[in-house]
Amino acid sequence: MSVKCPMNTRQLVDEYFIENRTRLLDIAAFLDRLDRSNEDRQADDFRMRAFRQGLRELLSEEPGRIERVQMLLSDRTTELRERLDRKGAFGAYKPEGEAF
Amino acid sequence: MQYIETHAHMISRTTDDYQHMAMAGCACLTEPAFWAGWDRKSADSFEDYFRQLTEFEPARAAQYGIRHYTWLCLNPKEGEDRTLAREVVRRIPKFLDRPNVLGIGEIGMNRVTRNEVDTFLDHTELALEHQQLILIHTPHLEDKHKGTKVTIESLLRFPRLQPSRVLIDHAEEHTAGMILSEGFYTGLTLYPNTKVSLARAVDIVERYGPDRVCVNSACDWGPSVPLAVPQFMMEMRRRGHTPQTIRRIVFENPISFLSQSPHFQSPVPEEQSALVA
Repeated sequence: MSVKCPMNTRQLVDEYFIENRTRLLDIAAFLDRLDRSNEDRQADDFRMRAFRQGLRELLSEEPGRIERVQMLLSDRTTELRERLDRKGAFGAYKPEGEAF
Repeated sequence: MQYIETHAHMISRTTDDYQHMAMAGCACLTEPAFWAGWDRKSADSFEDYFRQLTEFEPARAAQYGIRHYTWLCLNPKEGEDRTLAREVVRRIPKFLDRPNVLGIGEIGMNRVTRNEVDTFLDHTELALEHQQLILIHTPHLEDKHKGTKVTIESLLRFPRLQPSRVLIDHAEEHTAGMILSEGFYTGLTLYPNTKVSLARAVDIVERYGPDRVCVNSACDWGPSVPLAVPQFMMEMRRRGHTPQTIRRIVFENPISFLSQSPHFQSPVPEEQSALVA
């Protein structure tokens, strides 16, 4: 059974706007930083493709943005790996054979 | 307010962290066996590690009035090595009677390979054979959804397994529902960069309710915050939640789960623990 958030919309915005404004500016600065580094206009790798899809999802009017963004960043295949390829995770699903 | 830290890798933390956790109200903590950051070469290394978890760390924690419990296993990051895994699983039973051992953990998947699944199944069999609680690690980042799904499907194939004796940890928004709907306990891990932020953890509690939900810092040798649970308590207060709801998540739910082990001694007085149960 869910627990209702005790704060109303105005209270949530009052409390959380500034820290989320900071996050918004951080993302804007990150994208500008990538542009400055990308003089020969290379295509996005799999991480940044997922990231930009996630940004589009944020503009959706439908609730459930967090679950949809999580799934955009997830491995949605169902087969077990035959063997260990690496220990760590990249943060977004890397399709087989795709290079950085 | 007292709290219970359900997941902390204290062997990689300083004594100052124990002191700060005690000052913040940590009554007891549980430490799962995990990856050292490099692969161990032999089962003997694990025996030494299990001695550290069952002898040295409880004594270190006791200096600060914190009761230390532990979980034993070969962790998922080393689960690909089936020969080593079989040997470690063979040696675990001789440690299970030690007074601070609660069960088998943290077991599970890392990259969701066939060998990792087989190692997970070996540990699950071991836990069932010895009536142990189970603590499960779910994979990081892009592997979490798939790994959690495979974990749950694997567990449900054991007819003897009681979901209420299993805590599936590191849940996030896209996995909490599938864990809770099958009757398992779950843990939300509060990390500064990966896993769940404080605000998102409170969102998950609001979305799914506090039943069978615990929170933890999973503090280890990477970016992590030993006082993340008290920070979560502050975030709950900031959001306007009652002390009763907060206490339920950080104290009563862990007691309900951990009390299923005969080794666990509830940190609340006997007359109050009857109310908690």
